[in-house]
Amino acid sequence: MPEIDRRAVVAGMAALGAAGLVGAAGAQQAPKPLMKTIPSSGEAIPAVGLGTWITFNVGEDQALRDESAEVMRAFFEAGGRMIDSSPMYGSAQAVVGHGLKKLGSQQALFSAEKVWISSGRDGPGQIEQTRRFWGVPRFDLLQVHNLLAFDSHFETLEAMKAEGKVRYVGVTTSEGRRHGDLEKLLATRKLDFVQLTYNPVDREAEQRLLPLARERGIAVIVNRPFRQGDLTEELEGEKLPDFAGELGATSWAQLILKFVASHPAVTCAIPATTSVSHVRENLAAVSGPMPDEAMRERIAKALTEI
Amino acid sequence: MSEWWTYRPSDFLLFSPRVYERLIESHNAGVWPWQLAALAAGLVLIGLVRRGGPQSGRAALALAGAGLAMSGWGFLWSRYAGINWAAAYAAPAFLTAGAGFAAVAALLNAPLRPTVRPAGALAAVLLALAVIAYPLAAPSLGKPWSAAEIAGVMPDPSALAALGVAALVRRPFLAAALAAVPALWSLYAAMTLFTLGAPEAWLIAAGLALFVAAVTARAVQPYR
Ligand SMILES: NC(=O)c1ccc[n+]([C@@H]2O[C@H](COP(=O)([O-])OP(=O)(O)OC[C@H]3O[C@@H](n4cnc5c(N)ncnc54)[C@H](OP(=O)(O)O)[C@@H]3O)[C@@H](O)[C@H]2O)c1
Repeated sequence: MPEIDRRAVVAGMAALGAAGLVGAAGAQQAPKPLMKTIPSSGEAIPAVGLGTWITFNVGEDQALRDESAEVMRAFFEAGGRMIDSSPMYGSAQAVVGHGLKKLGSQQALFSAEKVWISSGRDGPGQIEQTRRFWGVPRFDLLQVHNLLAFDSHFETLEAMKAEGKVRYVGVTTSEGRRHGDLEKLLATRKLDFVQLTYNPVDREAEQRLLPLARERGIAVIVNRPFRQGDLTEELEGEKLPDFAGELGATSWAQLILKFVASHPAVTCAIPATTSVSHVRENLAAVSGPMPDEAMRERIAKALTEI
Repeated sequence: MSEWWTYRPSDFLLFSPRVYERLIESHNAGVWPWQLAALAAGLVLIGLVRRGGPQSGRAALALAGAGLAMSGWGFLWSRYAGINWAAAYAAPAFLTAGAGFAAVAALLNAPLRPTVRPAGALAAVLLALAVIAYPLAAPSLGKPWSAAEIAGVMPDPSALAALGVAALVRRPFLAAALAAVPALWSLYAAMTLFTLGAPEAWLIAAGLALFVAAVTARAVQPYR
């Protein structure tokens, strides 16, 4: 079966019950995460993925590499698919590769990588090196990291997509940087994905970028949902608002992810973690009831009041 | 870099404190018992500088250079570069600087002026900080002895020791050239450790301050 077809089938199966995919290990039947559609293809993916910045940069430390693999195992078992990394993240790519090797081929994997190098000419070499680190035949998504040398890299990515060497192409930014430039790209280029920072306290993207992405049919990946852990740390020990129960949320982290993932333009939030229980908690966040607009505002208000 | 003013040091921090601490411990385990030799060499270095004289100065320069080269190769290149690509650039700089110290030791007859006060005294304090105080930092902060950082093994105390020797080099131009790499590294290391929330950052900052004080003292009262 050609790769695309197999992928489509896998995606369809994931939509039916991602937990079932991982076989015996997933026997404890995790609840199904919310699925969101990639507008350019109609493929559905779970609304929570896994980031790797800092958390997976553990170098050659065998114990920590195995810990990362366990996080990945729990992630797949809970129905997760998208893992995001970058050549900027030190050893994180190789550590993802270690996890994939240890867990055996993961059909559910949706691999999201980046190209991050100042010269366009060096892009293909870097992408190939990245692919070897992961040990995958090709990536599902390649993004131009932080718009660096966008034009030349994007040309490479479009050519790869045309040849079937990558399924989706995109661009990333974070922490509100270069939103003006990003807006121009969203309006003028044929992007499948855009990645940006969005959470109940960093809401600038709501003004222009999220509506524009929606209008242009561009899937949105949300990075830094917890502000690199600053939010979850500050909220530790703070009492959850009463309405958390209505949403089936047991932690602030879950409320934040519910807020992020329920925005209609958002396709997937990619929190990073070193902890098996956190990765489960993060996927469970989008497995229960999701907030409506009024509830989203209540979450944001509760958070900003603390 | 665009919108550079929006970046903070933490945006460049690629790894967690836990990973960094474990890296140091596993490096120490890997090179044991080399630490004992390095520690002894550090104490000899202090002795040589205190004693003065042409041959002692040359030997001190050679030892400081060897410390840079060993820590640059052994830790920066072989270990740290795995989690921090900046270390992959710093490693060749350490090797080059180490070769520079060795070259000055080989070519100049009486390269150091250690006994001039107060620059000499300040440099001596800096050397003691690098060789004796720095290794004690980790255990006194409640970390295991296996986390102790010793000059000649780890880059941070090696750079401080090199600064202590460079501050005493007779010719100002040469002193500046030799100090460049260890000084830049110390700035970077201090920033990294501050961002990691590691109190060792203060020791490096103190070392840099001692270096600046020594260099200022000799500018006011130049070596002859
Ligand atoms: N420009 C770009 O392209 C760009 C920029 C930034 C980020 N990204 C991507 O986006 C990903 C996410 O961003 P990020 O890693 O910066 O920040 P983040 O996901 O907002 O925060 C990660 C931190 O949150 C903590 N955490 C995770 N789940 C938790 C839970 N359930 N409860 C409490 N704490 C929890 C983790 O600590 P524990 O380990 O203790 O769980 C970790 O330290 C990155 O990993 C990266 O893949 C891309």
